[in-house]
Amino acid sequence: MAKNTYLPAPDHGAKTGVLAYLLTTAAVLLLMMVAGLLMRLEQAQMISIGANGFYQLMTVHGAGMVGIAGIAGAAIMWHFLNQYAALSVRVLVGNLALFVIGVAMVLGSVFVGNFHGAWTFLFPLPGNSLGLWSREAAAWFMGGMLVIGTGFLLLQLDIARAIIAGYGGFARALGWPQLFGRDDGQAPPPTVVASTMVTIVNLIALVVGASILAMMLVNLYHPEFAIDPLLAKAMIYFFGHVFINATIYMAVIAVYEILPRYTRRPWKSNKVFLASWTCSTLMVMFIFPHHLLMDFGFPKWMLVMGHVIGYLNTVPILAVTGYGALMIVFRSGIRWDMGSRLLFLSMFGWAAGAMPAFIDGTIRVNYVMHNTLWVPGHFHTYLLLGLVSMVFGFMYYLGKPARQARDPFIDRAAFWAYLVGSLGFVLAFLYAGKESVARRYAEHLPQWVPYDRVASYFAVLIIAATLVFVARFIGHLAHAGGHHTRATVPFGAVVA
Amino acid sequence: MLQQIVWALSLALMMFVGFGWAYALLKSGRREEDYTPLQKRAYRIRTRLFWLLVALFGTPMVLTLIDLPYDAVRPAIGAGSVQEIRATGYMWRWELSADRIEARRPVEFRVTSGDVNHGFGIYDPDMKIVAQVQAMPGITNTLRHTFDREGVYKIMCLEYCGLAHHNMVAEFTVGTRS
Ligand code: HEM
Ligand SMILES: [Cu+2]
Repeated sequence: MAKNTYLPAPDHGAKTGVLAYLLTTAAVLLLMMVAGLLMRLEQAQMISIGANGFYQLMTVHGAGMVGIAGIAGAAIMWHFLNQYAALSVRVLVGNLALFVIGVAMVLGSVFVGNFHGAWTFLFPLPGNSLGLWSREAAAWFMGGMLVIGTGFLLLQLDIARAIIAGYGGFARALGWPQLFGRDDGQAPPPTVVASTMVTIVNLIALVVGASILAMMLVNLYHPEFAIDPLLAKAMIYFFGHVFINATIYMAVIAVYEILPRYTRRPWKSNKVFLASWTCSTLMVMFIFPHHLLMDFGFPKWMLVMGHVIGYLNTVPILAVTGYGALMIVFRSGIRWDMGSRLLFLSMFGWAAGAMPAFIDGTIRVNYVMHNTLWVPGHFHTYLLLGLVSMVFGFMYYLGKPARQARDPFIDRAAFWAYLVGSLGFVLAFLYAGKESVARRYAEHLPQWVPYDRVASYFAVLIIAATLVFVARFIGHLAHAGGHHTRATVPFGAVVA
Repeated sequence: MLQQIVWALSLALMMFVGFGWAYALLKSGRREEDYTPLQKRAYRIRTRLFWLLVALFGTPMVLTLIDLPYDAVRPAIGAGSVQEIRATGYMWRWELSADRIEARRPVEFRVTSGDVNHGFGIYDPDMKIVAQVQAMPGITNTLRHTFDREGVYKIMCLEYCGLAHHNMVAEFTVGTRS
């Protein structure tokens, strides 16, 4: 059975560009986590930075985290896809440069211009602040987002070019000949399939996002250029939902690539795998109306579609990708180290986070839980335990000095601190959501404060663990570029 | 209360997922060299899991579509004529055309905004959300609700609208006709 044999794949070191992405990720992630902690402490009434400061932090935390999730996901996708299709290093670096410029514009807008219209910049709030920030501050924020989006658009265009050149088009790269015809076992590897899905949805989302940003920038200076707020909201959430979801579809490539190396088992693109990725391509785009369930004026059929796709979307996550991770690990004799542990955990985080998510996408539930802390509760679950675990798992894998290297005690302790901290932190959000605590409130009612306190302690634990992860990655940076064996067991090697 | 069910259900499902991971983790040590029979067995279990998901998730997916909160499909429940209340959000206050509502008589809130997006969230006397709708400039959303329970209700803003978003609170009283 050739289909089931695992062929050892070499462990490539990361290019300098990818390492620059990861270092940026580590720095921004830590800073934004501290911003998050400050927000939680403010709600917990343990510090007092005031509502203005809270909403500034909220704007920066939202934009910064979404952006850095994109950078981290792109680093993983680029690193592995580059082993199948020739990608441009210049475009990779160009995107990072534009990201840094965009972030500087956003930071200037928020901390100099006092912009605090939230990362979702819902029309018409940016241009309508009751004098708290200027038109220029709003323009710098939206301009910054536009610059960041342009960088990602260029990166995705280069990836699209490479995929089309290497695989003869998106349909082939998604494995449609094998999906709809006979499975000859020649479907592109999971990395290519996933990258293609991400590229298709991101190209569309980024164009939609850039369009609404451009429209709002024009409207800022020429209000007679009117924008329908409902259309603006639909466009913003289409862009925002697809972009943040695409980050985890990029990062999961680390799991597809690295777990087989640890377990010496293949993760192949079979029919079920291909079907699930084709379905995800469509679903991730058509699910966005679940952000508008409380806009009764939105076409009802689209709202019902959002409700239904929310349920369907859990099937590929649970039954294909999550289940696939369990299969490959079960009775595999896997070597558990920080890399494999974090990657295994990440699949739990993704699957678990999907549960409160699809339930909230139920129209009847959304009616009493929309815009409560339930929402940050579910997305921090799959971002902290899912996406961020994938990213640190990837960093540990890259930084591993040798296959036999053992992890120091402090790293293993940090793993458990991260797990416990994240679980506690997200459960505090979810519980508060159940108690009807509104999201995005700088000040909480007295009866809500205890949850905020508990969450703050767990957040400290997360940050402490993250410090260890980051310090280890920086300490091992010299190994991250080398082409030595990390997880792969070479042919004929005796497995300890 | 719906929130309680949702919380219990989410916890149960997340724990169910957690058990799956814990099981694979505990059984990860001893290696079975031949992956093929393992895979065959796992795929059979997956087919069953798939149908379990279809039944477990599909049923509530369909059933919860029966009672949608949307104005057009939601009949007025309760006795007597509809009480109409106009509600407009402004940065950062609510304007209500009335602040007394009769219990067990259907209410129609006509909700809109005078400036940016707001969220019209109705909190019951225990400070639990019972209904909500978006308040958007240029659009009037109709929210139908019948209050069974008497007491003081609060309206809190549920869409971020700037500096005093969290202070955008109003009150109304549900009681019997005075
Ligand atoms: C230690 C880790 C973290 C802490 C303490 C934290 C804290 C917070 C807090 C307090 C909020 C505002 C909640 C509210 O509405 O009242 C928030 C919102 C948010 N967080 Fe985090 N967070 C963390 C990690 C992350 C990560 C890793 C991501 C993404 C990769 C993320 C993305 C977001 C986003 C997108 C929002 C929404 C902002 C908005 O409502 O405008 N967070 N976070
Ligand atoms: Cu508000």
